[in-house]
Amino acid sequence: MLPLAVGVALIGLWQLGVTVAGSDVLPGPLMVARGIGELWSHGLLVPYALASLRRVAIGYAIAVGAGVPLGLWMGRSRVVAAAANPLVQILRPISPIAWIPIAIVLFGIGEGAPVFLIALAGLLPIASSVAAMTETVPPMFVLAARNFGLGEAATLRRVVFPAILPQLLATLRTTLGICWIVVVAAEMIAVDSGLGYLIIDSRNAGKRYDLVVAGMVLVGAIGLLLDAAFRLLERARSVRWGFLAR
Amino acid sequence: MSVKLQVRGVTMRYAGPPPVQVLEPIDLEVADGEFICVLGPSGCGKSTLLQIIAGFHAPSAGTVTIDGKAVTGPDPRRIFVFQERGVFPWLSVTDNIAFGLAALPPAERAERVKHYVELVGLRGFERAFPHELSGGMKQRVEVARALAVDPDMLFLDEPFGALDSMTRLTMRSELLRIWQAAKTTILFVTHDVEESVQLADRVVVMSARPAKIQRIVDIDIPRPRDISAPRYLELRDGILAEIGLAHAI
Repeated sequence: MLPLAVGVALIGLWQLGVTVAGSDVLPGPLMVARGIGELWSHGLLVPYALASLRRVAIGYAIAVGAGVPLGLWMGRSRVVAAAANPLVQILRPISPIAWIPIAIVLFGIGEGAPVFLIALAGLLPIASSVAAMTETVPPMFVLAARNFGLGEAATLRRVVFPAILPQLLATLRTTLGICWIVVVAAEMIAVDSGLGYLIIDSRNAGKRYDLVVAGMVLVGAIGLLLDAAFRLLERARSVRWGFLAR
Repeated sequence: MSVKLQVRGVTMRYAGPPPVQVLEPIDLEVADGEFICVLGPSGCGKSTLLQIIAGFHAPSAGTVTIDGKAVTGPDPRRIFVFQERGVFPWLSVTDNIAFGLAALPPAERAERVKHYVELVGLRGFERAFPHELSGGMKQRVEVARALAVDPDMLFLDEPFGALDSMTRLTMRSELLRIWQAAKTTILFVTHDVEESVQLADRVVVMSARPAKIQRIVDIDIPRPRDISAPRYLELRDGILAEIGLAHAI
């Protein structure tokens, strides 16, 4: 009940602020709601949302598919960690947005650039946290695996991976959030579909700030749903142990 | 009885800096099926010795021989039991016990798991996860996981140290029962004098670091042991005196 009440109060304040200021640029909540309806009736809402989701799905899949194995490898081998870690740590603080010019040079205008930016935004935090988690797996788990005759591949699959899985899920959830943030920025420059494109195009084409804010609201709502869906995974029995106070 | 384990001149020295001598040369022979307690003060290096015998670390000098072959690494025929934290928290009781049985056909695996679940008294908890169990139950899961691969040696490193004293007593008699049923050779590291005299055929008394064998005490009391019998008290007090502890508080 409380989040709902706060939400209603904030929307009320928003409308009040716009009315008192008498602004004809900033839209109130009613205008935004009408904007969302307009997007729906022009058949743009679903295709734009799907376009953004598709780019995130591809870029994120690349980030997870490359970042998790790289992190495991770094965490298990001092040599690989020494070789890869400086690079990862230098690249990590660089905002994916800063890569936009490079992405356009590399991929031109089209699907490649946003997917590249999203993959990059996910890859570095995933690899670096998986490496840290892997290093801190209790040594006795690994010793027990060796004692039962497991080789390196089986140790990774049957012991190290499940041991880091609860933390990994938490990292994957925040990283998905980062990718969802980056897609909006990436779509402002390289493509002509998606929610990021909607926001920048609504401003550029006709100063339709109602549609700008409608795009923002949709980004927020879908981000919330993605996060909630991911949280469901954290209830699985085999990872439940990692989320209990120990 | 035939010799199971031979430890010859095993030392351990960490390069440092500063260099630390953990083990003075250790010589020990253990017979097949024997129950040995290695007793020593905390931090003396007895766990290091056990890990060397298990093949987790190479000694700085000396050799460990089991069944006439030099130990070069861990082996599924010889299982190391950690404190209760060695169970895998992401696996149910059943899957923990089945961990070393991946090569068996499913039906046989299930049969084996069922047998050891019964043996350690965990029936009804097959599908529970470790965080849903008490410390003593987790310890039993780890012992069952070790026994399920039918090892001929068990290494136990202060396995009951984290348990309350009542659970500890129960676990000791269960371990003896299992040992007598499974005919395993056991090396059991502890810093508890009472525990060593209750359990062992022989108690290997270690000195403070750098650890060396101070004395080996034969515990010639038939089982089940009466822990108020004069001979029990005599042996216990002898060991207490050996390690320089008064037995009056």
